[in-house]
Amino acid sequence: MTLLHNIGLYILMLQKMFQKPTKWRVMKDLILKDTEDTVVNSLGIISFVSFFIGGVITIQLALSTTGSFYPDYLVGYATRETIILEFAPTIISIIMAGKVGSFITSSIGSMRVTEQIDALEVMGINSINYLVFPKVIALLLYPFLISIAMFLGMLGGMVACVYGGYSTMSAFIEGIQTDFIPFHMTYAFIKSFVFAFILATVPSFHGYYMKGGALEVGKASTKSFIWTSVSIVVFNFLITQMLLG
Amino acid sequence: MIKVINLKKSFNNKPILKGISCEFEKGKTSLIIGQTGSGKTVFLKCLLGLHTHDEGQIIFNKSNIQQMNENQKMELKSSIGTVFQGSALFDSMTIEENVMFPLRMFKNMPLDEMLDRVNLVLKRVELENSNKKMPSEASGGMQKRVAIARAIVNNPSYLFCDEPNSGLDPKTAIVIDNLIKEITEELNITTIINSHDMNSVMEIGEKIIFLKNGVLEWNGSKSNIFKTDNQAVTDFVYSSNLYKKVRKMYLEQ
Repeated sequence: MTLLHNIGLYILMLQKMFQKPTKWRVMKDLILKDTEDTVVNSLGIISFVSFFIGGVITIQLALSTTGSFYPDYLVGYATRETIILEFAPTIISIIMAGKVGSFITSSIGSMRVTEQIDALEVMGINSINYLVFPKVIALLLYPFLISIAMFLGMLGGMVACVYGGYSTMSAFIEGIQTDFIPFHMTYAFIKSFVFAFILATVPSFHGYYMKGGALEVGKASTKSFIWTSVSIVVFNFLITQMLLG
Repeated sequence: MIKVINLKKSFNNKPILKGISCEFEKGKTSLIIGQTGSGKTVFLKCLLGLHTHDEGQIIFNKSNIQQMNENQKMELKSSIGTVFQGSALFDSMTIEENVMFPLRMFKNMPLDEMLDRVNLVLKRVELENSNKKMPSEASGGMQKRVAIARAIVNNPSYLFCDEPNSGLDPKTAIVIDNLIKEITEELNITTIINSHDMNSVMEIGEKIIFLKNGVLEWNGSKSNIFKTDNQAVTDFVYSSNLYKKVRKMYLEQ
């Protein structure tokens, strides 16, 4: 019952997000600020994680595909497929659920606890539009982050592969170019847009409707991470089944 | 003027407000007092529209809030200034941005004009030269004054204050009380203060409403409160020995 109630409340929140819009001159500043908070400030961690995880993926693939039975380019090919199809869009989104999601929940939750949301409401401002909508728009740039993750993941893989002595650079690049299906990029970016929407709205929901004090803000952040990750995993399955199944 | 008729509100079938009727006059400072759990915060939130009441009527200047359309409600809300218990300043904005916020949201004024208006109200609450400070850099008293400045920057017709001097030292509390009273008279607005501070009652309570268990138990002025023989009011107001002595002296005089 609680789950159904929360799903209903979430849908109502989405509906209210598009009603009574905030003045453009105010909204413009909010979008820029949220873009900085959610996208620009995530560049560092995304780059770092992508580069090293890309390297680890390649080393593990190289170690399990040694021997004359496998072609040399296979490591590059498998690295590309893993990074484009799953690592960059899905695993990075789960990392972002921890970084950006908990930031969104705790910042909106703190506003709830300190009556800042009430202050917006009594002024006649649609607080959901004011707080959530700019985050949704800011995260439209999320596929840009995913592109960087894809590039750095493969770069990390190539560095690990070549300098680790597992394969040559030309074989790795040949693998990256072998049997490339452009639709896989479309699929990855469709997933990125859906995950961006989840990343903006699910943590906002947990922050907006939280009750209690500082302790509950922490609990709401944890809960928000769990539900954002669960939603990403479920939608990942559904989108994959629909587009590739 | 605000008129409340038979206001009722329940949460989970538990009645919190049990039919409150009263009036708040223009240009006067009205206080809602009562023990914790008496329903005064719920009452204030119903007046502010943060809670939807179950029964009864709230009439702002002859307009029933329930019969208003969305635009009328918006117009009403933009004529209300609110000072929250914890000040509720936007902590990502400077003091200047906080005070300017209602102007940015509701007025189509050029930036220069908005800044002039902000500086004027900041001067009124004695906070000149604090424009660029963040709320976290301001003391409790300063934060309350910023909240008052933000509440009056739009020239409101109504000012609601939820325990405006809670957490403040007695001297600063009196400064805030007097500031609210002066602003009420200057702007000729309807001011409602939710308080359980007896200093406020004695200093600025031109009209006092005493709530007990969701019922309006007593109402009168600060001079009436000395003379009342209502047991619930005297138990609450004169719970300290100091106030008992003050009352005794007042009655002897």
